[in-house]
Amino acid sequence: MSFASALRCRECKREYPLEPTYVCEFCFGPLEVVYDHDGMREAVSRESIERGPTSMWRYAGLLPCDADNAVDIQAGFTPLIKADRLGKELGIDELYLKNDCANPTWSFKDRVVTVAATKAREFGFETLACASTGNLANSVAAHAASAGLDAIVFIPSDLEQGKIVGSAIYNPTLVAVNGNYDDVNRLCSELAGKYPWAFVNVNMRPYYAEGSKTLGYEVAEQLGWRAPDHCVAPMASGSLYVKIHKGLQELASLGLIDNVHTRMSGAQALGCSPIVTAFEEGTKNVLPVRPSTIAKSLAIGNPADGFYALGVMEETNGHAVSATDDEIIEGMKLLARTEGIFAETAGGVVVAGLKKLAAAGGIRRDELTVAFITGAGLKTQEAVKDTLEPPLQVEPNITAFEEALGERRLAGVQTANA
Amino acid sequence: MTTHRVKLTFLQQLITLPIIYELGKEFNVVTNIRRADVTQEHGWVVLELEGDMDEIERGLDWVAAKGVRVDPVTGDIVEG
Repeated sequence: MSFASALRCRECKREYPLEPTYVCEFCFGPLEVVYDHDGMREAVSRESIERGPTSMWRYAGLLPCDADNAVDIQAGFTPLIKADRLGKELGIDELYLKNDCANPTWSFKDRVVTVAATKAREFGFETLACASTGNLANSVAAHAASAGLDAIVFIPSDLEQGKIVGSAIYNPTLVAVNGNYDDVNRLCSELAGKYPWAFVNVNMRPYYAEGSKTLGYEVAEQLGWRAPDHCVAPMASGSLYVKIHKGLQELASLGLIDNVHTRMSGAQALGCSPIVTAFEEGTKNVLPVRPSTIAKSLAIGNPADGFYALGVMEETNGHAVSATDDEIIEGMKLLARTEGIFAETAGGVVVAGLKKLAAAGGIRRDELTVAFITGAGLKTQEAVKDTLEPPLQVEPNITAFEEALGERRLAGVQTANA
Repeated sequence: MTTHRVKLTFLQQLITLPIIYELGKEFNVVTNIRRADVTQEHGWVVLELEGDMDEIERGLDWVAAKGVRVDPVTGDIVEG
């Protein structure tokens, strides 16, 4: 059973019943789920969690919906990998990677969508909707297919074919909107008010966002029920970053881990870094920007949770760091080369951020640090494909192979010595 | 008649202009401020607009043409 008790305005603290709503009627502030923590404390223990399924639904007692009717394609409980080779390159002795590429649609969005879809079905919705350029669309389409719900997915009309396929295969209604990014935003804002759909990140947003807490839960459990010293997460809307911290804090408040002293750092692409800019200017006033970066999955120019992310950063003594497109590509390649993980551009942002923070002393060498890799690289191959070594072309004989290999190795040595 | 909720973000050079007053005067739209934060450098205002949707859209286009950024109160809806 769920211990969710109400929705509460994050600004004026007014409470509302658990309904498909997302802004406070009084101040238009965002709503979030609050829980009966006493009930949770009685029902949830380390043992009860460890007996649960090997998916994020092992934390069902900490989520805002009933697990018995979950729309579940096995999101979560992804690997936490000790990244010794990357850590050695960066100068971090205890570095771990939370590899959310291993989700069913290859990104962390499955965590939020499984919760939103479950809650939508509880509310009696028959249609799941979203506006997305990639990961969210894939996940909404897949979860709707699994639950037998209709899916309507809005995409910008200039979206690359490769990204359309990842959603179209699940047979949603795909709507390509003519116009720029702002036009799509505006249209979807109006549609969300007009049609009886579960728009996962609009009227389902309070529930949807709770799915990200499971990243914090899992990391703590996988570390042997302890919080990391330092987390580095990508920031788009800022929600993921905030909820990882909330997840750790909830475990502590339930007595499942010791008090949390985790420093929370966030990374953005320089071409869309409104939260980093506010952090550097020492303000919590996040000025919207027009995104221009290869890290499309992080390209949210007007981040809904930017203000709250800056609050967590301040509270935990964390940092905000940005990465250029070249640094993002280098980050992706470094991660692949050292740990065998092909992450999408958001992973490149995180690794580039780790590198900068470690070099500047923002992460101490002895801090147990967890970096969050939130999506797989096959979705954003175009970002790196022209920067990779082409294959050796050889005739089918050993001499040709050895000559070509020798030339490649010689070129490698010369490059290294240059 | 319909209601529409938006967030307007003003850069420094626009803060002193009575744009919300003019929006209500030039268009048949009722403006109702719910939350705001305005400093010397910049400001944002969350408000509800009431009127015909076509008129609201014309009014918001006019506001955007003045250089004010107009966003849904939810932040960006399009995600990666």
